[in-house]
Amino acid sequence: MSTTNAVNFDEMLHEDGTVRSAYADFRNWYDAQDKGWLKRQDAEAERFFRRIGITFNVYGEADAEERLIPFDMIPRIITAKEWRKLTKGIEQRVRALNAFLQDLYHRQEIIRSGRLPVSALRNNEAFLSQMIGFTPPGGVYTHIVGIDLVRTGPDDFMVLEDNARTPSGVSYMLENRETMMAMFPDLFTQIPVRPVSDYPRRLARSLRACAPAAYNAAKGKRPVVAVLTPGIYNSAYFEHAFLADQMGAELVEGSDLRVMDGRVAMRTTTGYKAIDVIYRRVDDDYLDPLTFNPDSVLGVAGIMDVYRSGGITIANAPGTGIADDKAIYSYMPEIVEFYTGEKPILSNVPTWRCSEADSLAYVLDNLKDLVVKEVHGSGGYGMLIGPTSSKKELAAFELKLRAKPENYIAQPTLSLSTVPIFTREGLAPRHVDLRPFVLVSPDGIDITPGGLTRVALKKGSLVVNSSQGGGTKDSWVLED
Amino acid sequence: MLGRAANGVYWMSRYLERAENTARLIDVGFHLALTGSSKDSQHDEWRSVLTTAGLIDDYEAIHSDFSGPQVFNYILRDKDNPGSVLSMIEYARTNARVVRTSITNSVWEATNEGWMTLSEMLSRPVRETNLGEVLTAIRRTGTLVRGALEGTMLRNEVFNFSRIGTFIERADNTARILDVKYYVLLPSNAWVGSNLDNQQWDTLLRSVAGNRAFSWLNAGAMDPREIARFLILDGQFPRSLVFCYEKLRSNMAGLAKEYGCETSAHEILREAGTRLHQLDVEQIFDQGLHEFLQDFITKTNEIGRAIAADYRFTE
Repeated sequence: MSTTNAVNFDEMLHEDGTVRSAYADFRNWYDAQDKGWLKRQDAEAERFFRRIGITFNVYGEADAEERLIPFDMIPRIITAKEWRKLTKGIEQRVRALNAFLQDLYHRQEIIRSGRLPVSALRNNEAFLSQMIGFTPPGGVYTHIVGIDLVRTGPDDFMVLEDNARTPSGVSYMLENRETMMAMFPDLFTQIPVRPVSDYPRRLARSLRACAPAAYNAAKGKRPVVAVLTPGIYNSAYFEHAFLADQMGAELVEGSDLRVMDGRVAMRTTTGYKAIDVIYRRVDDDYLDPLTFNPDSVLGVAGIMDVYRSGGITIANAPGTGIADDKAIYSYMPEIVEFYTGEKPILSNVPTWRCSEADSLAYVLDNLKDLVVKEVHGSGGYGMLIGPTSSKKELAAFELKLRAKPENYIAQPTLSLSTVPIFTREGLAPRHVDLRPFVLVSPDGIDITPGGLTRVALKKGSLVVNSSQGGGTKDSWVLED
Repeated sequence: MLGRAANGVYWMSRYLERAENTARLIDVGFHLALTGSSKDSQHDEWRSVLTTAGLIDDYEAIHSDFSGPQVFNYILRDKDNPGSVLSMIEYARTNARVVRTSITNSVWEATNEGWMTLSEMLSRPVRETNLGEVLTAIRRTGTLVRGALEGTMLRNEVFNFSRIGTFIERADNTARILDVKYYVLLPSNAWVGSNLDNQQWDTLLRSVAGNRAFSWLNAGAMDPREIARFLILDGQFPRSLVFCYEKLRSNMAGLAKEYGCETSAHEILREAGTRLHQLDVEQIFDQGLHEFLQDFITKTNEIGRAIAADYRFTE
């Protein structure tokens, strides 16, 4: 396997260079456009994003405080049929994730049955003892989930990662569509694309459906929803503000909040006002200095007590990180089967747990062909991509791996599918993944058609993370 | 709305107003330098620009001379100057980011675009040849944001806090400009009515964008008392002290209506406003123009602090 795999699946073109049906209408449109005009539109898109301030902050880059995630204007297109299958698989997986969390924090049947070793929980910081025996309002743990999918063939979608803590990127899904509609309105009159714009409304409805016991419906007022952000220097601040704005919710910071009379209340110009549901974009560890990290100024002192006594709903629930932990990931096929009684519709990427001696030996022997990830890492930091690493890098990584094998998992270098991007020289294939966004409430599971397509802009690169030079695309699900 | 958000729109508006007023001060200083009085008097003018902008002590800690480009670069963009126009625009934009969910897209975009344009323009030293362009861009940012507020914002608490920020800042500014130059309006100098006086008075009016308005109202005649009356008591001139207080009053009334109650800030404002209305220009001169302005500046600050406390801007 190599990074520039000649035989990877291209989503637009058959191997003989003819256009696949998903892209037929788009390609006709594209071929009819003046290429000079497209180039000007491409430049215009960047100005548009800068002006409306869709930027993200990169940690550790002092002079480039706010950067744009590059936007590529060629859409990623998924047919209605493909989407139906994906939807079934995602729904099954998300159902299993919630059942798994409920079980882990209660009877732990999956461990009793021997399907999951107790070692997977032991010393795992994502497992919160404060959640043991507690059921969140509405029984929902993961109100918002992002399932990262990769594709390797016509029918082969695999789950690369489950994001069950605070998945980000949904604002890009929405703004990318807005931008495309503003730049190419005729495209949307010619091709029937399923809309995504009602996501914020669905999110608000979904959050309100999980109001806590203390919410008094009799007063006739809708539950008060607030988005908790770490503040303007957080990399996803734009998204926090965007979602709060679109939902008509307050955007709050830890310093706006305090616990009063058994509720979490926000400081308004006329006094403190109780919040029913808090969509927090702050990690578990920073949520409550009385319970977790005592130095945190991003959270609310005492919120966990309020939570456990039914005074507030926290979305996602604290402790959900245990379900998207990379060590747990390798058990997902068993987890799905255990809780749903069905075979998983979406497969996992084969994964070696380096904590197991046999696997470690295999990984060490094949390091140059594998992708090795930190169990608790995210954002593409701290990972090794064997095929693109130098001998020196491989040797250095081997030392880390031998020192703490339980910190790592390894996966084969997948030959990810490609989708064309727009370049000065015309269309060029680049590797992509897809993050559909899933809302969970007592009323059911709601999947927005499409999601966020991340694309590795560098030729041959497999790393799509925005923090590592990836870009995004508008993602279309075609109407039937 | 959140107290922190009220604080954000208030300061966003204050900083934009301050940036605009500072640009005008520089414009006037530059204009004087061009009209070619002696080097010493040019330096005096730049000195008084720095004094009005409240930067003189910081400036003198680093520099000993007052050449135009050095002064205006210091005021506009110097990294050692935390009160530079560039940092005002940055503060305004940071506050706008904080309150993005309270302001419309138009207001945000006007603020953000202004910041993008100005941080680009001010990334290099400003020369005399492009100073005019830079100052115009600063004033335009203020104008565009105000226009966006006016044209797109609901007339609610958010709008009120923004307007309150604008007019607290503007009242403070007009009073400061007047206070730095009050001596040119004093009778002992005024009886002379020389060309120099006329020029000084014109400068003072330009510093608050009031030279043309004053001419219209007075058929071109210059009179120090009339100038003082105009800048302090004229209800039509949008930068006069009375006008600013009237806007404060109406926006504070908006808050009282929306929230169903008044606060201590209303009381302080009412008292100060009533006193201002009862004065005529003779009484102000009898009381002493400088003392009057000092009192006014103190009172305006007090109102600002009361608003911040009453509406829970911070914990």
